[in-house]
Amino acid sequence: MTFVELKSVSLTYRLGKETTLALADGTMAIGKGEFVAVVGPSGCGKSTIMKLVTGLLPATSGEVVVAGQRVTRPIKGVGMAFQNPTLMPWRTTIDNVLLPMEIVEPHKRRFRRHRAEYVARAMALLKTVGLADFADKFPWQLSGGMQQRSNLCRALIHEPELLMLDEPFGALDAFTREELWGVMQALWLEKRFTGVLVTHDLREAVYLADTVYVMSRRPGRIVMSRHIDLPRPRTLASTFEPAFVDIVHELRDRIHQEHAA
Amino acid sequence: MITGRTREIVQLAMPWLAMALFLAIWEVVCVVFDLPEILLPRPSRVFEVFIQRIDILLAYCWDTLWTTVLGFLLAIAGGVMLGVLIGASPLVYAGLYPLLIAFNAVPKVAIVPILMIWIGVGPTPAVVTAFVISFFPIVVNVATGLATIEPEMIDVLYSLGASRFEILRKVGIPRAMPYLFASLKVAITLAFIGSVIAETVGGNRGIGFLMLSAGARNDAPTTFAGLFAIAIMGVAMYAVCALLEKRMTRWAFRGQLVS
Repeated sequence: MTFVELKSVSLTYRLGKETTLALADGTMAIGKGEFVAVVGPSGCGKSTIMKLVTGLLPATSGEVVVAGQRVTRPIKGVGMAFQNPTLMPWRTTIDNVLLPMEIVEPHKRRFRRHRAEYVARAMALLKTVGLADFADKFPWQLSGGMQQRSNLCRALIHEPELLMLDEPFGALDAFTREELWGVMQALWLEKRFTGVLVTHDLREAVYLADTVYVMSRRPGRIVMSRHIDLPRPRTLASTFEPAFVDIVHELRDRIHQEHAA
Repeated sequence: MITGRTREIVQLAMPWLAMALFLAIWEVVCVVFDLPEILLPRPSRVFEVFIQRIDILLAYCWDTLWTTVLGFLLAIAGGVMLGVLIGASPLVYAGLYPLLIAFNAVPKVAIVPILMIWIGVGPTPAVVTAFVISFFPIVVNVATGLATIEPEMIDVLYSLGASRFEILRKVGIPRAMPYLFASLKVAITLAFIGSVIAETVGGNRGIGFLMLSAGARNDAPTTFAGLFAIAIMGVAMYAVCALLEKRMTRWAFRGQLVS
């Protein structure tokens, strides 16, 4: 069943008199519970796709459909995580994670009276990412990797049907990044939300995604869609197996074509 | 090698040492060059007058203090409200910002005579001048705090379904707090300037008035005692604001806490 559908969507940014075509003819269909990754050369409009799907930007032409509904304004209750963890420095980790509960219905109405229940839920989630002991710490007392874990928890606490990730591991060191791939995969295997990951790391894309979309240079166009049928759960060791490496090379070749063009 | 503890003590003592040195040099200069008292009284003489006239100084200090603080509190209330409006709405920002700049460019001394025509002599012009002069930095800082929220943070909240008001309440206001408290330190010193100007131009009480009338009698030591009194009050109120800032926005001083 298709959950997110882009039908020949384009987007033109207008800045003064200049117009920039950021995305041309974007067409993709993401099934419910599918995890897709969008890769491409830098500046190809990957992040534009995020904004279009969530309705933060209206499409210039074409149609975006999420859960059977045409997207015309920001859709509610989506989980989002960016490269910048955007945690609130005046809130402790657990209060940061609980933020969506204060905004998303029906939790918003219940939050005050059932606070203990929600705290327990947030604690459970923090525990799965290994942050149980840091719940009462402030974000600025955490390392970059820990901040990004909290960020993922905040994006997932309200069990969104759709999770949008915009290079969430981009600013982390290689070891932490690879560790968080595992955390992300475990969360997805457990909750089976629909995930869209924008990244420029091809190993990351292949490790996490069911389908990888390759975008062309600006104006971004989807030039390739590659189904990843490697068994799950994938491990770091499996990223060095020939089957995995072959896919990465295949994707890389396609992107190099774009750079050469 | 200076150990941590000694270093801390030295650091605490430094402001007092600097002040003592400053006063000592002043005293020596007065004595060596045999300056007439009317030109520059010796600090020891100023202290003498300070003690002699402590009653009237305290009474007038109180006048200056309460008018300043009242004007300052009004400026906080008004400044936060207007700052939130300007920071939250680009339209209000576009409309009011040039007006605010123009308003701030007007020398506040110039408005005191107008205030006196409107409300007469007394403590009210001092309160109003303190308000007017300390209002601007508060508005600008609060607006800046709101206007510089990370766009990603807003995206996260929008896609959760938050309203603009919720974004303001959950992110905007807390984020503007360190900016507000930072501006208070500037604003309180300005408020003192405002109320003293008003007392000098057209008051019948307060330190500004005391200094003016002492000056008219060529009583330089009393004028300087007034200056000292204002300086002391200014530093004390600044310290209160700085302490409040540390208490209220602990997270904004994270660098010092983590290390």
